[in-house]
Amino acid sequence: MPEYEPVIGLEVHAQLLTRSKLFCPCSTEFGKSPNSNVCPVCLGLPGSLPVLNAKALRLAVRAATALGCTIQSRSIFARKNYFYPDLPKGYQISQYEEPFSTRGKLDIRVDGVERTAGITRVHMEEDAGKNVHGVGGDSSVDLNRAGVPLIEIVGDPDLRSSAEAAAYLKTLRDLLIFIGVNDGNLEEGSFRCDANVSIRPKGSEELGTRTELKNINSFRFVQRAIDVEIARQGAILDAGGKIDQQTRSYDPDTNKTATLRSKEDAHDYRYFPEPDLPPLVIDDDLVRSERAKIAKLPQELRAEYVAELGLSEQAAVTLTQHPEYVRFFDEARQLFPEPVKIANWVLTEVLRDTHVRGLSAEFPVSPEQVAELVRLVSGGEISGKQAKVVFSLIQGTSKSPGAVVEERGMRVVSDEGELEALCSGIVRANEKQAAMYRAGKTGLLGYFVGQAMKKTGGSANPKLVNQIFQRILGGSEPA
Amino acid sequence: MIDLGVPASEIADHVRDGEWSAEAVTRASLEAIRGREDLNAFLHVADDVALETAREIDQRRARGERLGAMAGVPVALKDALCTIDSPTTCASKILTRDGVSQKTGWRSPYDATVTSRLRNADAVLVGKTNMDEFAMGSSNENSAFGPVKNPWDPTRITGGSSGGSAAAVAAGLVPVSLGSDTGGSIRQPSALSGVVGVKPTYGRVSRHGLVAFASSLDQVGPITRDVRSSARVLEVIAGADPRDSTAARVPVGRYEEACDRPLDRLRLGVPESYFGDGVDPEVETSVREAISTLEEAGCEIVPIELPHTHYGIATYYIIATAEASSNLARFDGVRFGLRVEPAHGDLQALYGATRDAGFGPEVKRRIMLGTYVLSAGYYDAYYKKAQQVRTLIRRDFETAFGRVDVIATPTTPTPAFAIGEKSADPLAMYLGDVYTLPASLAGICALSIPCRPAKNREGRGELPVGLQLLAPSFGEERLFTLASTWEAASPARGNRPPPAGGR
Repeated sequence: MPEYEPVIGLEVHAQLLTRSKLFCPCSTEFGKSPNSNVCPVCLGLPGSLPVLNAKALRLAVRAATALGCTIQSRSIFARKNYFYPDLPKGYQISQYEEPFSTRGKLDIRVDGVERTAGITRVHMEEDAGKNVHGVGGDSSVDLNRAGVPLIEIVGDPDLRSSAEAAAYLKTLRDLLIFIGVNDGNLEEGSFRCDANVSIRPKGSEELGTRTELKNINSFRFVQRAIDVEIARQGAILDAGGKIDQQTRSYDPDTNKTATLRSKEDAHDYRYFPEPDLPPLVIDDDLVRSERAKIAKLPQELRAEYVAELGLSEQAAVTLTQHPEYVRFFDEARQLFPEPVKIANWVLTEVLRDTHVRGLSAEFPVSPEQVAELVRLVSGGEISGKQAKVVFSLIQGTSKSPGAVVEERGMRVVSDEGELEALCSGIVRANEKQAAMYRAGKTGLLGYFVGQAMKKTGGSANPKLVNQIFQRILGGSEPA
Repeated sequence: MIDLGVPASEIADHVRDGEWSAEAVTRASLEAIRGREDLNAFLHVADDVALETAREIDQRRARGERLGAMAGVPVALKDALCTIDSPTTCASKILTRDGVSQKTGWRSPYDATVTSRLRNADAVLVGKTNMDEFAMGSSNENSAFGPVKNPWDPTRITGGSSGGSAAAVAAGLVPVSLGSDTGGSIRQPSALSGVVGVKPTYGRVSRHGLVAFASSLDQVGPITRDVRSSARVLEVIAGADPRDSTAARVPVGRYEEACDRPLDRLRLGVPESYFGDGVDPEVETSVREAISTLEEAGCEIVPIELPHTHYGIATYYIIATAEASSNLARFDGVRFGLRVEPAHGDLQALYGATRDAGFGPEVKRRIMLGTYVLSAGYYDAYYKKAQQVRTLIRRDFETAFGRVDVIATPTTPTPAFAIGEKSADPLAMYLGDVYTLPASLAGICALSIPCRPAKNREGRGELPVGLQLLAPSFGEERLFTLASTWEAASPARGNRPPPAGGR
């Protein structure tokens, strides 16, 4: 039996984060009662006409730019014709022969290895509504989604394993969230994926017959569905069979794929240029302004954090996972320019209690609070141990760390006279140890310092205490 | 005594002056409409609503308010234009609830842009006019609610698809109507009914609320008895619209003012190939006479060529049907209008039963043609090729307008033919559109105005003939200047069809 190589290309539909639909002013809000976000345009009533949402265009351009696509200065909307109750006009307004952007790429990482996957095109289109079956044997239609703006991101057949497919999706989703284009919500259908899967004998350059897996709604299922489909195709070929070009669905309960449509039943969509919309002209200014909004992509930021701020690779990867993480970190480090220390605090303390939902994130503290806390520790005003206590006290409040330190009397004792008295007392009470120290066991310095810290509840300035003990105990300097 | 035959601009002036009340004018129009039900020009008459609107206008005038440009003018709208307060059916059963009567017609939840612009200008909307179903036809015989009869000879067609709008104005039932023109649907019935009809430049008037036939060709325009009234109406309805992306942001011209401008050595192009074969000799004589008159009035006559004209019919019937097949997909029995539940079967059966019962034969024919030309494997040979030829036709005009300011042609090859004469031969019917289609494909503006009528050879009296004038895109002012000049000299000036039962 030959060994097979899978060839996978993904088509992703991502909802653009606009308040209104692609061609009418209706709200895009999710979860409204059926058919409440509708008007003559998205109901497809006679005489109604589409008018392009300028914000949707901007977001689409931003996404395509972030994916390194070439933006076409002139492109064409097209009608994709088919009958279905969730498609009110009997056609979907999409782009076909002349999409607004072509040829881009997405860098992915699988098991520590970087790969680049090609993007064939990104185009704009409107979503369909939703058929709700089984209400007393009848079917109902909810058109709240009809006309919601989407981009379709068509990937080249560059992926060679389900793991690569999963990495591609994850990276793409993170990127779209990062640039504020999509909320990445798979459950609500704002990020959906179809997978084209074929296999071929390893070493072959020819593409096998592909099947299309439709609308899989989780990353885990995508990976499993692709694996199952690869195995199914392999078994057919091994048995001397032929793969039929089909559209298939995946059932996570049985972990199997099943035929939805064969090639013979494929629609003839009768695409033609949408006469209700003039050619879409995208000027350089728009592209420039959207490019400026992306400022930096996650991978660029990551490299910068490592090279210029001295962060570890791991720290940089985590901090660039979400645009809000970046904003938080950047704000805090601008207030107190010790990026490594700030990053440590953000990674170990802040993110532990941060809740992310779509494009927003809820932090337990503010960047100002973290910056001040790190400044207090760095300045030796409180110890690291004290800082953790302060952190737990400021969480969910707007209290400043300084105020808490003051309130609790936590300020590090840095008064030399006061500390000197304290240290002298400790030396007197530990004459045996003092003698050993003087005899050369300078390692005991830590013991004395520890005693001082204990006595002061950790509030003594450790640096100062060190110096005082060395002086009192005399003898040799510690090595 | 109110005479609805006077120009709309005069009616508006009388109402503004308080000489006539809007209510009296409206009553006169409603009575006239009732008096000519034999023409079948109206699908809906808005009696009460119209009178109420008229009274409001009168009250506002009494309060000293300045009234709009269409003050108290009764206007009839082609039934393809959406109106919030009356049914809209496109003369199709599929836009009725019971599949039988226009009385159960679809109620639009919104007004077309032209509808609301007329309301804002204080027009009184008196009713919706009959038409070929979904504007597909040239004789009005394709209405699901019966053909419109020609006021000049009720045994004849009045033209189409805006036949009801043309007949209503010709018979003096309303001074103004709106039609829509996709391949000649304003100009051709205007010519055959003896009135003035304007197809504005594509993009001049918003299509929002016009039930689409062929989106890249459809334009709304006025039909009136005189040129000045058309100019005034166009000034009211034209202009950019945030609800229509194809409505151009080109400033609206001073059309009414253009009616008073001198000709100023205008170059008038005459395509010789438009005369001769297939043209009724009387039509040719009449149009040539008009051209000579215009020459005497100061025009320089320039022979021109429009070499791709004869591809117009094929090109049009590919592009228009392709767009129609898609535009009419929404009539599926799911959300509005007719729904025919099949005895058994699935969703496909519901679509089939509804569309089979709801659409008439010509609409079905065009949906099939359009579906075919867009199908995989045929797209390049038909639709794409037709788009290329459309470009050639557009260039014909660009070339011609490099040398001339306006082009003059017959509007139709013949005067009105008898009802039923061509209904068995769709191709013969399509051929009648030969002179109007090229301007639609090129998107330029055009107008039809009566010239010397032809003798009614099978009947008594005379039949109207139309002179078509064409100008470059957004050159409507030029059209109005030239048309007004001709109107003043026209032998058809003041002609009116015989009253009901007059023959």
